[in-house]
Amino acid sequence: MTAAAPPTLHRLLAGTRPDGRPLSLIEHQNQHGVLPAPTRHDAQDLRDALRGAGLRGRGGAGFPAVRKLAAAWEAGKRGLVIANGAEGEPASLKDRTLLGRNPHLVLDGAQLAARATRAREVVVAVHEVGRLPVVVADAIAERRRSDVVPTRVLPVPARYVAGEASALARAAGGGPSLPALHDEPLAVRGPNGRPTVVLNAETLAGIALYLRRGPQWYGEIGTPDEPGSVLVTVRSDRTPALLLELPIGIPLRAALDAATVDTDELQAVLVGGYFGAWLATPAALSTPLSHAGLRQAGGVLGAGIVMALSRDECGLRATAEAVRYLANESAQQCGPCLNGLPAMATALENLASGAPPEGTLERVIALCGLVTGRGLCHHPDGSAALVRSALMVFAEDVIVHLAGDCHRPAGKALNVPVVAR
Amino acid sequence: MSKQLRLRVDWAACDGHGLCEQWAPELFTRDEWGFPVVADGPVPDDALEHARAAILACPVLALKLLPYG
Repeated sequence: MTAAAPPTLHRLLAGTRPDGRPLSLIEHQNQHGVLPAPTRHDAQDLRDALRGAGLRGRGGAGFPAVRKLAAAWEAGKRGLVIANGAEGEPASLKDRTLLGRNPHLVLDGAQLAARATRAREVVVAVHEVGRLPVVVADAIAERRRSDVVPTRVLPVPARYVAGEASALARAAGGGPSLPALHDEPLAVRGPNGRPTVVLNAETLAGIALYLRRGPQWYGEIGTPDEPGSVLVTVRSDRTPALLLELPIGIPLRAALDAATVDTDELQAVLVGGYFGAWLATPAALSTPLSHAGLRQAGGVLGAGIVMALSRDECGLRATAEAVRYLANESAQQCGPCLNGLPAMATALENLASGAPPEGTLERVIALCGLVTGRGLCHHPDGSAALVRSALMVFAEDVIVHLAGDCHRPAGKALNVPVVAR
Repeated sequence: MSKQLRLRVDWAACDGHGLCEQWAPELFTRDEWGFPVVADGPVPDDALEHARAAILACPVLALKLLPYG
């Protein structure tokens, strides 16, 4: 059953070109207007305006953006704002599309976040491959005279952990793109003692829209607690990957319909990304696409990714492919991740093979517990969460596999990159 | 009531030497690769002395006591 697809919104992506060429500063200002000028108590006024806005991070963790700004301000030192456009999720299209089509909206948000914390610098992190380093550098050059806070682009390796907040903070300070030990929140005390506010590109674009248009306009769509729109990447084995801008809180089914995914053919969706969670369909189809809605259903909004698994694909094999990829993407710094993730991938591959050795399921479960909480970053935790949700949602499949039977392929819904090693 | 503390491991520094387990066996076990597994929750008051001994014994200074919660 496919209802009429909802129209895709144009807020964050308003006025952008389908061919992907970026908006110039003038074109951007014609679309969205100019940035609000600094007021007498600019930092205070901006933070006040954002309080109660309900803007949560769109990178993965969904942390309230205003709390990071407040923490940096209260730290009492002038630091930096990092715009995170270096999304590690291979399944996501959103940040690179947003930055590529309208870098100025993200740069506006970064300026406002920097002004709200009296930061000395804005750093825009993007993957070093592709056109984004040039697109963003050109956009920065275009607005150099009007920007209050100096801005630079930071190209980082296109690796999963390179986009992790502490890895970005470290790279911004001239270090390697690897997660760093930090006993205090980065916003309080990042590398070199500087308060370091890391906000996802979409989060910053949301801040820019909210502070321009005000809470009433912003909240015309979305839910009372989570106003506005969200960028959602929908993938399945049968349909082209699609980026949609949708009202927060719209049912999961509407996102799948908009991407022309046949929901009758599905057995489950992976929401959030590789660090997200599987949800069984059709039960999950009415779940609201919001932080609160997905959380209540056992999922996460994460980076706004919805990956649809057909009935003729094997969820355990698909998960095993993703976990092997995540194991290869470990920064190789921390023993439990370096050793535990490959072991977890092997155990899951054994389970998914349909001919698992004795004790395989017990080993998968034990390794999930063993790696969790034992690393500088949440790479092992996120990987274990994915495996746990797979064991729950595909519990019947697990029994079938333990009995030595599986003939379904992994499919391509998760878009796991092929890693040559 | 004294403030509760937790043991923090610098996982990038830790090489799994295992001295922590020797000095504070009630607080540490080791996984199959030799890396420490720290007991959940705050360090009990009567184990603080052992925790401090383990911190001093760690050859790569990977351990630290931080406020719990």
